[in-house]
Amino acid sequence: MFKTITFICNQKKIEATLHSATTVLDYLRKHQHLTGTKEGCREGDCGACTVLVGTLSGKKVKYQNVNSCLLPIAQAEGKHIVTIEGLNSSDLSIIQQSFVDEGGTQCGFCTPGFIVSLTGYLLSSNNYNLDDAVDSIGGNVCRCTGHTTIKRAVDKIINELSVKNSADSNNLSSLINLGIIPKYFEEIPKQLTEIKKKIISLEYEQRADFLIAGGTDLFVQREDDLLKSNIKFFFGENGADRIWIDGNQCCIDARATVSNFGDSEIIQKYFPEMTNFIRLFGSLPIRNRATIGGNIINASPIGDMTIILLALNSTLHLQNNKATRQVSLKDFFTGYKTLDKKEDEILTKITFDIPKQNNFFNFEKVAKRIHLDIASVNTAMLLTVDDRIITQANISAGGVSPIPLYLSEMRKSLLGKKVSEENISEAIEVALSEISPITDVRGSEEYKTLLLRQLLLAHFYKLSPEIIQAEILL
Amino acid sequence: MKNYDWIQHVRGESLFVDDITPPEGTLHAAVFSSPIAHGKIINLDLEIAKKLNDVIEIFTAKDIPGENQIGAIIPDEQLLADGILDFCGQPIAIVVAKDNFSAHQAVKQIKLEFQEYSAVTDAREAFQKGQLIIPPQTFSLGDADSAWKDCDLIVEGTAESGGQEHIYLETQGSFAFPVEGGGIKIISSTQAPTTVQRAAARILNLPMNKVEVDVLRLGGGFGGKEDQATAWACMTALAAFKLKRPVKIILNRQEDIRMTGKRHPYSSDFKIGLTKEGKILAYEVTFYQNAGAAADLATAILDRTLFHCTNSYFIPNVKATAYCCKTNLPPNTAFRGFGGPQGMFVIESAIYKAAEKLGVDPMVIQEKNLLSEDDEFPYGQKTKYCMARPSWKKAIGKYNLGEMKNQVEKFNLENKIFKKGLALMPICFGISFTNTMLNQANALVHVYTDGSIGISTGAIEMGQGVNMKLRQVAATIFSVDISRVKIETTNTSRAANTSATAASSGADLNGKAVQIACNNILERLIKSAQQELKSNETDQIEVKDEIVYLNGNQTELTWNILVQKSYAKRTSLSSQAHYATPGIHFDKSKVKGEPFAYHVYGTAIIQVTVDCLRGTYEIDFVKVVHDFGKSMNPIIDRSQAEGAIMQGIGWMTIEEVIYTKYGKLLTDSMSTYKVPDVYFTPKEIEVDFLDNPNPSAAIFNSKAIGEPPLMYGIGIYFSLCNAIKAFRSNAEIKNSAPMTNEKLLLMLYEPAGQNLKRKLKNKMTVK
Repeated sequence: MFKTITFICNQKKIEATLHSATTVLDYLRKHQHLTGTKEGCREGDCGACTVLVGTLSGKKVKYQNVNSCLLPIAQAEGKHIVTIEGLNSSDLSIIQQSFVDEGGTQCGFCTPGFIVSLTGYLLSSNNYNLDDAVDSIGGNVCRCTGHTTIKRAVDKIINELSVKNSADSNNLSSLINLGIIPKYFEEIPKQLTEIKKKIISLEYEQRADFLIAGGTDLFVQREDDLLKSNIKFFFGENGADRIWIDGNQCCIDARATVSNFGDSEIIQKYFPEMTNFIRLFGSLPIRNRATIGGNIINASPIGDMTIILLALNSTLHLQNNKATRQVSLKDFFTGYKTLDKKEDEILTKITFDIPKQNNFFNFEKVAKRIHLDIASVNTAMLLTVDDRIITQANISAGGVSPIPLYLSEMRKSLLGKKVSEENISEAIEVALSEISPITDVRGSEEYKTLLLRQLLLAHFYKLSPEIIQAEILL
Repeated sequence: MKNYDWIQHVRGESLFVDDITPPEGTLHAAVFSSPIAHGKIINLDLEIAKKLNDVIEIFTAKDIPGENQIGAIIPDEQLLADGILDFCGQPIAIVVAKDNFSAHQAVKQIKLEFQEYSAVTDAREAFQKGQLIIPPQTFSLGDADSAWKDCDLIVEGTAESGGQEHIYLETQGSFAFPVEGGGIKIISSTQAPTTVQRAAARILNLPMNKVEVDVLRLGGGFGGKEDQATAWACMTALAAFKLKRPVKIILNRQEDIRMTGKRHPYSSDFKIGLTKEGKILAYEVTFYQNAGAAADLATAILDRTLFHCTNSYFIPNVKATAYCCKTNLPPNTAFRGFGGPQGMFVIESAIYKAAEKLGVDPMVIQEKNLLSEDDEFPYGQKTKYCMARPSWKKAIGKYNLGEMKNQVEKFNLENKIFKKGLALMPICFGISFTNTMLNQANALVHVYTDGSIGISTGAIEMGQGVNMKLRQVAATIFSVDISRVKIETTNTSRAANTSATAASSGADLNGKAVQIACNNILERLIKSAQQELKSNETDQIEVKDEIVYLNGNQTELTWNILVQKSYAKRTSLSSQAHYATPGIHFDKSKVKGEPFAYHVYGTAIIQVTVDCLRGTYEIDFVKVVHDFGKSMNPIIDRSQAEGAIMQGIGWMTIEEVIYTKYGKLLTDSMSTYKVPDVYFTPKEIEVDFLDNPNPSAAIFNSKAIGEPPLMYGIGIYFSLCNAIKAFRSNAEIKNSAPMTNEKLLLMLYEPAGQNLKRKLKNKMTVK
């Protein structure tokens, strides 16, 4: 329904009364006539609409890259929304100049998105490097350049900044002096603090038709319906990004985003490779919005986060106004997009046991395109090996069944066995009898079956490359 | 020299159709289209939709005042279907509402009753049913039939190449408003304003002078807006004409992908004959082109397939036949390369197969058969200033092919799961519209009294940098600072009867027209300077860096003063000029002639690393020696080449258009149709400028750049094949592009995939 929302758009404080599901993209283009933000796909797959969302955090503002096509205006409340127009000064910024120098633009349609994304990166990173800079534009598609000149431009920016060696995202004036952002950014923390004082906590509809977390899927599929409905938002409340340790358990607030998960020191400590796996999930702006809980409740048979959490043998904590209850994630999915969840229950928390020392965890995913794509097949495995004997095994597989699949038969086949080529082959054979892939746009039944076999092999190859001989491959 | 447009682009200040501030009262249109690929309309019920809030009007075929026809070459395509439905996504009705949301809500309330017929989606099936759009076309050279007996080896096979969705980042769109006198003005995102003007005039039953089409710039075209921007422009024109109000239509991404055509998929049969040394003696090829439901540009595209069926090779005996097959898919259309890539993929497939049989590396056959000076193409033209061999030689020398091959061999011996593959791809691409008539352009140049310059031509800026090149032409001829030159919008009132900006010819043709117009004005200015300086006819007068020189000596006349004095003397400071490419001709009945002003050549080396466990790969490098002629703007040209290469690679690898057998598109969004992203880019890309001042027709001895480099991308297919064979020497290589991760894995493990499937089926039945 309609709400009055207060926020800063570039340099301007705005109070607007709008349907809370109006996308920021439409608001910017149609209401503010800020046409530098482009609509390319309206599903978070092209990045032409990327904006920065600045959130007050103490006395600083933390900026994140977000797809404005999937961002409801209600969630701009109390934020600083930055578009390409808000990055322009009389001189070109260091990023803009580099794109001009290297020919990182041709038709110009996708270009503002790239500039905004890279500015977001320079605003939010403390350690500029090419890999992270490229990841920040992993969600931006340029059809003209093939990204070669863009990569050169990015390379040049990173090199220049490391030569100057003074860029520090914690220091706004250094970013301003380096020509990364305009001067008015200095005033934003104060202005947001003032706005925040005035905002009474977000009132939600009593009778909500939709509960929205990150909205990265609902806004793709049901934007029309959302615009006609009462909506309750779960995103962006205090503490929503929490990931913490409780005894021997790791706990995740269901509203935590995939970025929160990937950036969590706890997760990085126990799963050093997780940062690399996370890069295969959507794109940075998607990960900044998509929540862990949303990925589970969405019940896609191919959800990357769900597949990871299945292999961690996670427990879900559900709550309604009467009670809380726990259900194992592997028992949660009862059929295609059907859940063991009552209508009034809300997923609040996900927990899993902290892995022991001798654990091996791996995630594999193959899609049509490696990055920003939905998997053809994905799988995760958590294995405990004591004295070469498998004492614990949890393996999940996506894209091969109507639900995100926990491979319970494969687990049984592996438990108590030695890690050997023979046992692995047998276990994989068992796994392939548990699946029921179908032919669809992401691959044929034949392919998905073969691919799962290969990806299960890949787990063991990473565990112990010498076990996998050439013969087993063929 | 950097492109001035880029400064606007990086600031987000460049405007596209949907960015133009609409006048108050602008209405928004949405299209109701066919849900089936083949059938007949029984009843169309608009009543519920019409009654919805904010819906103004719904238009169907019967509301068209003129002819319901938008086919540009062959009149076989209705703007709005009124009887037979020929493809999924075929427009039937236009809903006009106060806003975009309401228009789309109303579209959902239109009820269509239909009778469904069986759909044909496959070109060969259409061919068998006799569904040809034009009679078969044949090119021949020598006598293929009698040459087979001289061959030591004859290899036959088939090759398939898939469609390709344009994914111009700016979707199709148009904005039209009524103007006084019953006319209409259309702001369209089209590569071909004259085509739009002609079609809209036909639809509205107006003379062409009452339809003005204006184009600012395109957010990418790639051929997808050459013919297929017309429908949306005509729809807004129709609605604006009938309602006497401005109407805008912007397709959303799904609508755009569903309703518009793509690169034509081809299925082809080949037969190639060689000596045991690898010299190709004969080549016979039959192309089955999947045209979709209407001709669109298919027939011209078919021609170019034939023109380029032997790529960069001289083959003395050739017989090439092509069938334009009508199916129930959206009419397929132009896409960078325009049929050329499809033809080249087949000859490269044939060479690969022949090399397998001969037990040699395909590059041995490729090199042996490269075109030399004065070699004849199957269409009768002979090579001139041929750069096929020089570019090959430079590529293998500069990039050290020998060392590359050693490295690959060493890597493949040392690695079990990762395998590298390397392939070369030479290209030869003819420049000129193959329809000779289209090789003309005109320009209108004004010099204003303050010395600034405005230029109008038929060229459309869509990212290729043509506006910058035209600016360079004018700045060079007048010898003024480039900031004085502005390129105006492309407008049918200022540049009439223009050809589409297509066939890589935008800068070539329009640049020449600008050159002529500028020279006309310069001539008058010099004459005026002569009077001003009271010099003799024999004196040398020239403008250099905005200053007039008399016999090499600086005078007091600056560009500004000269312009003002000339104006005061009532000298015309404007010129309109026309250019037609000289010397080209083609006799359609004999299928011989000199259709091309010149050819573009080059050679690419592409290396990949395949993860044979997961069936995925990375591109190690693309290294190219390309014949740019004398490049007018190396930054623009290199970027054009690299972008084209990535599009070619995308077409060969991850870009897969999938229709169901009922003709429904499954890959109808950017989440299901994937184009190369920043991660997919080769780890290394190098483009060397082959030094070859082109003495042919093009402006300042440059060469066209838009399309040719796309075809380097074809090489990656064979790099991948080589990596597959390094993993499993007996793997059966299929010529079926794109090489998706799926096809790659199945090819690596065939018949494991089949066996697994069978096993799975058995288990399921036992259960």
